Parts: sequence; C-alpha cells; structure tokens
Amino acid sequence: MSWAGPEDIYLSTSLASYLDKKLLVLLRDGRKLLGILRSFDQFANAVLEGACERVIVGDLYCDIPLGLYVIRGENVVLIGELDLEKEELPPHMTRVSPAEIKGAQKAEREASDLKGTMRKRMEFLDLD
Amino acid sequence: MLFFSYFKDLVGREVTVELKNDLAIRGTLHSVDQYLNIKLENTRVVDQDKYPHMLSVRNCFIRGSVVRYVQLPPEGVDIELLHDATRREARGG
Repeated sequence: MSWAGPEDIYLSTSLASYLDKKLLVLLRDGRKLLGILRSFDQFANAVLEGACERVIVGDLYCDIPLGLYVIRGENVVLIGELDLEKEELPPHMTRVSPAEIKGAQKAEREASDLKGTMRKRMEFLDLD
Repeated sequence: MLFFSYFKDLVGREVTVELKNDLAIRGTLHSVDQYLNIKLENTRVVDQDKYPHMLSVRNCFIRGSVVRYVQLPPEGVDIELLHDATRREARGG
C-alpha cells in the first residue's frame, strides 16, 4: 500500500488533512460529536480523542465529555473542520450544565409528544 | 465511473449539496472520490438558523452515502458531452 505524500493530502478527498485537528462529526441520528481526529479509514470509520457530545436544545447547549471514541463509518454524515478563529456557536446561545440540558431535552420531547397526541385526536377533522 | 469523472470536472465550482437529513450546504467543490464522498470549502449552511452548530465549519467532508442531491451551476452541465459519455459507458467502453 502506498501513502499519499504530504503535498497530495490537501488535494485528495481523504480525511488525512483533518488529522490532529478539532472536528465536528455529524451522525445519522443527529448527534454532534466534537473531538480531535486521530485515525480514520476508507469507510470513514474514525477515532476521536477527547470526544464530547454537543447537545443543543433551543438556545441552550452543553458539551458532555465522552473520552476516546471509535465511530463506525456508516453512522457518519459529515466531518467538518472547526474554524478556531470563529465563534463555534451564535452569541445568543448559553452554556448550561448536563443536568439542565437533560431537563430541557425532556421538556422538548414531552412537548413534541403532546403535539403528536393532539394531532391524533384532531385527525377526524381531516386537516391539511 | 461516469459520475466520478463528471464530478471531478466540477472541482472548483460552487455547488449545493443536499443531504438525506435535509441539511443543505453550499460551498466550493474541493474534491470527490470513488465513493462520491465530497469535500467542500468555504461552506455555508443554507438554513443557518436551524443548524447553529455548523456556524464555524468552513471546510467539510461529506460521506457519499448520505447525499440526496448535488445542485450544480447551469453552465456546469455539457449535455452533449454527457450524452456521449453515457453512450460510451453503456457500450461498455
């Protein structure tokens, strides 16, 4: 197996140019992981060091630390390089504790469940 | 291989990639590989308010398997050339 030279890395589609950089990995279930890319392969399997999950509920967010993560490639949607010069999130968003974000998540889930049951009950009206 | 070659010709062009999760990203096509994985530069998300976490992402790698559409610039399509290539491919050349 031959390796691309350092000058080719930046031209190719491989993840090599993202090695040792802080990345945002979007997963198929909508989760957002942040971490430093330490390894990858042709399936986009990836090893993230110092990984954390960024949970966002409305204008609240929380980074939950996870540690060293191996991500199976099929779950990857997008791998984005974070611009360290720029703010990671819009200024109106506030960081909260893991407990607070879990509460906010629960409230959001309950609200959407309620919307679902309300809709079901109104189905006989034949909306849409 | 046709679409791989086709996308290779589009490198450097501005495209919008719509993903199966409805996220649409606009950016300059940096490169593409055999799986139709795509790398974009100078990206911006079409609906920024809905995806605040994408704010500081400037360059990204998109896995080919999650792409729904790639919207191309109209001048990026040479119908004649594409027809010829398609016929050649169909003949097994």
